[in-house]
Amino acid sequence: MRKVMIALTVLVLFTILAACSQPKVEEVKSNEAAAASTTQEEPAAAPAPAAQATESRLDTVRKRGKLICGGNKNLAGFGVLASDGSFSGFDIDYCRAIAVAIFGKADDSTLEIRPLTASDRPIALQTNEIDVLVRNTTYTLSRDTEWSANFGPTTFYDGQGMMVRKDSGIEKLEDMEGASICVQTGTTTELNLADQMALRGINYTPKVFPDAPSTLAAFQAGNCDGFTTDKSGLISQKQELDDPAAFQILGVTMSKEPLGPAYAHGDDQWADIVDWTVYCTFSAEEFGVTSANVDDIAKTAEDPNIRRMLGVEGELGKGLGLDNDFCANIIREMGNYEEIYNRNLGPDTAFSVPRGLNSLWTDGGLLYSPPFR
Amino acid sequence: MTTATDINTAYEAPPRTEVGVLGWLKHHLFGSWFDTILTILSLGLLYVVLVPSMRWAVTKANWRAITTNILILIHGPYPQTQNYRVFIAIGLLVVMGSVSLFIYRGENVRGRRTMTIIWAVSPFFIWYLLAGFKGSSFLPLIEYSKWGGLLLSFILAIFGILASFPIGVLLALGRQSDMPIIKWMSTVYIEVVRGVPFITVLFMAQVMLPLILPPDVRVAGMFRAMVATALFSAAYLAENVRGGLQAIPRGQYEAADALGLSTFQQMYFIIMPQALRTVIPPIVGQFIGLFKDTSLVAIVGLLDFLNVSQSILSQAGFLGAQKEVYLFAALVYFVFSFAMSSASIRLEKQLGVGQR
Repeated sequence: MRKVMIALTVLVLFTILAACSQPKVEEVKSNEAAAASTTQEEPAAAPAPAAQATESRLDTVRKRGKLICGGNKNLAGFGVLASDGSFSGFDIDYCRAIAVAIFGKADDSTLEIRPLTASDRPIALQTNEIDVLVRNTTYTLSRDTEWSANFGPTTFYDGQGMMVRKDSGIEKLEDMEGASICVQTGTTTELNLADQMALRGINYTPKVFPDAPSTLAAFQAGNCDGFTTDKSGLISQKQELDDPAAFQILGVTMSKEPLGPAYAHGDDQWADIVDWTVYCTFSAEEFGVTSANVDDIAKTAEDPNIRRMLGVEGELGKGLGLDNDFCANIIREMGNYEEIYNRNLGPDTAFSVPRGLNSLWTDGGLLYSPPFR
Repeated sequence: MTTATDINTAYEAPPRTEVGVLGWLKHHLFGSWFDTILTILSLGLLYVVLVPSMRWAVTKANWRAITTNILILIHGPYPQTQNYRVFIAIGLLVVMGSVSLFIYRGENVRGRRTMTIIWAVSPFFIWYLLAGFKGSSFLPLIEYSKWGGLLLSFILAIFGILASFPIGVLLALGRQSDMPIIKWMSTVYIEVVRGVPFITVLFMAQVMLPLILPPDVRVAGMFRAMVATALFSAAYLAENVRGGLQAIPRGQYEAADALGLSTFQQMYFIIMPQALRTVIPPIVGQFIGLFKDTSLVAIVGLLDFLNVSQSILSQAGFLGAQKEVYLFAALVYFVFSFAMSSASIRLEKQLGVGQR
């Protein structure tokens, strides 16, 4: 008995020592490394005034050797943990594109995806735990101000939609007088539904549920006539229903949900890098540059717009603090907007989300890149 | 002279309905009309529940959701080119566990001591095996953010159990102490921690800590959760241990005093061995709870077993696979909790809890 006690105590104490000392050692090491590198570099960079003492985000990322991107792992098509242990999805591809812009490639060594919950997002941004947030985040005024964040160009224009049974005879919101609607509680979706129905003078009964799966389950079970959430969510959740063909999504869009990357206040160079990474994918689609032909086009293109974008002409990339061919790298590694879209949401995927507003401005959509000049 | 055959023929064999399977059935399931009704009702209920479930599990269920993702369920986003390290660690623990079963049951003192040392060293070894070293090509560094799945759940649970144990014992002793400040501090700690839900402690550790720490100090989310788990569990453990301490009769203390033992000796040799043995069932119950509670770290974004399971539901091929995934997750939690429970019953039997 005594021996067992002694053994137990020893084991417990050792394990605690092991577990406690390990992280500290690691931290101290990395801190020392960071401290050492700053002390080495700062004298070389001339004794800077206090205002410049905080290094730019780009320098931090370069010194760290990798970009830390806040993403999602639970939204089909946008951010998912794949069975090979990597993250994938539309938003994740934009994390990748930013890493390519900085390092020329996106792999485990240059990019870390940090999966965040919706409530973690603002704090992760404010505490600089992540460099950029690409997590199906709607750009709103209050987020812009209260999060101390800025938003980059919208990469996906979403909006609230409504799904009903095909045999219900409901074709538009006005047909839903007296209907019951399944909606997730505590979301902007719920508030927005109330606004939109009040605006149209339609009486309805909201049936609220705490999370997405239970909301969908209630709709599947026939507890409500309608089911509402963002259209991108509707499209993927429709596939979860037992008989997707028996349901349809109404054409009406009840809200504006522009989703895009966000970054913390205070570093305009970093903002430019994220913004122009996104614009690069827009422009590439506009000019017909794809991952397959980017190298040929770089050699043969005569259009000065394309030559400047790909860094064959001018110094545009250098102006951002990046390689001059950053955009060519992004296209080669990730593809243009259309390729990114089709890979994650396009007709060959389970979701097959129509481009709609997410078409180029030349095709009647909202994607519009300022000129690369 | 009677032979064996004579005896067998002399006495008639018992009726067939009284022995063997039939006898068992008669005595246990159809002993009275009430038992018979209960038995038939239970069988009916089992039929109604089990048959459709089994039919679903065999014919309709899409178990590929599990099989395709088995690797991320085991170790999350841990790089799959390096995951042999995880399996070596698991194999090592299994081997050590099975060897221990024999060694600690035997009387070989030397063997037991060696085994104890191996157990004490193994956490370091396994940790470095999993974490690797910076710049090493043989065991490259794997960042803590990539540790996930069942691996992460186990690290959280094992660390929580091992670390909360001594802290909890100290807190329990502190609360019983005659020294006012120690008594007061222990009591406040225990009551405050027990007064808040685990999820708030996790949120504090994940969300508030980065706001408090200086900006260049980054503590991996896994460590924050590990510390939160251990500190939270310690408060509950302290109360369990205190229960054990109070069960020790006054006479034991007085006898120890009469022998001239110091307070430490008294605790170490007399009180604690008895107190801890008494509270094995509640402590194991608490540890099983702790293991299942690790699934709460999903809410703060750590990729533990449950969180990885949920993320499978977002993969394009398995959008509607809730039933399969959650059933599998429940099964895994059950298997490990049940194993812990059985192990504790063995331990209780060995130590003779309830017989002294």
